Amino acid sequence: MTVNRVLFDAPGPKALQRTRYATVVAGIAIAAVIALALKQFGENGQLAGDRWQPFAQIGYIKFLWTGLEGTLKATAMCAVLAFPIGAILALLRLARNRVTRSLATAYIELFRAVPLLLLIYVFLLALPPQGINLPIFWKLVVPITMVSSAILAEVFRAGILALDRGQGEAASAIGLTYWQSMRIVVLPQAIRLVVPTLVAQLVSLLKDSTLGYVVSYPELMKQGNNLTVYTHLLVQTYVVIAVVYVLINFGLSQLASALERRMRRARRSVRGADVLEEVTGEERPSATLLH
Amino acid sequence: MHIILSHIGDLLAGFGVTIELTLLGFVGAVILGTLLAVFRVVPVTPLRVVGAIYVEFFRNIPLLALLILVIFGLPDVGVTYSLFVSATICLALSGAAFVCEAMRSGINTVPVGQAEAARAIGLTFVQSLRHVILPQAFRTMVQPLVNVFIGVALSSSLAAAVGVSELTNRTQQLNLKYAEAVGSFLVAGVLYLLLAMTGGGAGGWLERRLAIRR
Repeated sequence: MTVNRVLFDAPGPKALQRTRYATVVAGIAIAAVIALALKQFGENGQLAGDRWQPFAQIGYIKFLWTGLEGTLKATAMCAVLAFPIGAILALLRLARNRVTRSLATAYIELFRAVPLLLLIYVFLLALPPQGINLPIFWKLVVPITMVSSAILAEVFRAGILALDRGQGEAASAIGLTYWQSMRIVVLPQAIRLVVPTLVAQLVSLLKDSTLGYVVSYPELMKQGNNLTVYTHLLVQTYVVIAVVYVLINFGLSQLASALERRMRRARRSVRGADVLEEVTGEERPSATLLH
Repeated sequence: MHIILSHIGDLLAGFGVTIELTLLGFVGAVILGTLLAVFRVVPVTPLRVVGAIYVEFFRNIPLLALLILVIFGLPDVGVTYSLFVSATICLALSGAAFVCEAMRSGINTVPVGQAEAARAIGLTFVQSLRHVILPQAFRTMVQPLVNVFIGVALSSSLAAAVGVSELTNRTQQLNLKYAEAVGSFLVAGVLYLLLAMTGGGAGGWLERRLAIRR
């Protein structure tokens, strides 16, 4: 039960009447806004059927599908690279050795505070003259991996810290070394704790991949751009693309919250869950907001 | 190196634009986000629906797609704003969705007992919000709001991709002109770091100020 429900008295007849009025007024206002927007679109000829019909043609769909494939390929590669690197960074940040700890901390703090686009420009413009000229795909994937592994490191760290300390203590008590106890006991449980957050991070990886537009890697945004060069259907193309992104990301976010609900039910009795909420409560939405 | 020194004013001017984008975008996001949070709790169904759809849409659309739609798309619909204004609008629009979520979860972290107690001693809806719920909720909102601020600051660099001449854009321009690579990027990186750290520091200070001393 949330606070909201407690704050209201059960509405009486007068309040109900007021709510009904407000509902009607709000409904009319919203309808008016939508009508105005559609009128604006219509007056400028953007609603004409021949500007939208192409998107039902197989050629257009195929063209954009290639872009979507590129998007998914880049996102998957970033995930495959960034998840393990993030986990390793988290372990390094928690390690006992002061040097590795401060190096990992510096990396994480630096790459969480530098915009991805700036880093992409480094790979696009600054490094090639120095002799480091990656293929286009990697000019997109490497910077995304560098940034998101720093963000994921913090997610993993939150998971490890949220785990009951007794787990690590028990592991050392039966004679496992530090790395053994991390690998065999702590990490597997910590990862399970943060699975919903990891799924949610896929959303930001997918959003990051739109920067393929900048490096001219043919993912969905760039393909859309290529399409508009020929068709000049800019509004339509990007509305279609935006809807595709929103649908995919919405699906991923729903999956993440479903996983979270399931876990909360499953481990209501386990102490770790409350702590995790406290720690990941301050998980940085910047990661998801970005791009 | 001397190229950077002679163009440091250029970079700093870009940094100024970045700060303007960030501040205006963030303030816009907080205002709009608060309004949306209200929409999502009032007992008026159409407003709730609008709030929910807004949050889901703007949380999930990539900012770059939004920027392109607003900057290159809207003129085709007969709505034209300057580049800077368009970028600010986009930052505010997408930030608002995250502010709304931060507010909602902030309010939800206040234990139900607090609300029940407030109602039990006879406070009205507005009174219990003002004196009991919100003061406690604000404390837990500080950190998420700082994160939104840093997010807006970093996202403002995307405006470079659509031609707003802020820090990232000017760094890249400088690079194209003089091939003076590493240095200008270092300067830009440090400036972004400063911006993010200032935001984080201000948040930490605010959090300590607001903390309940027990």
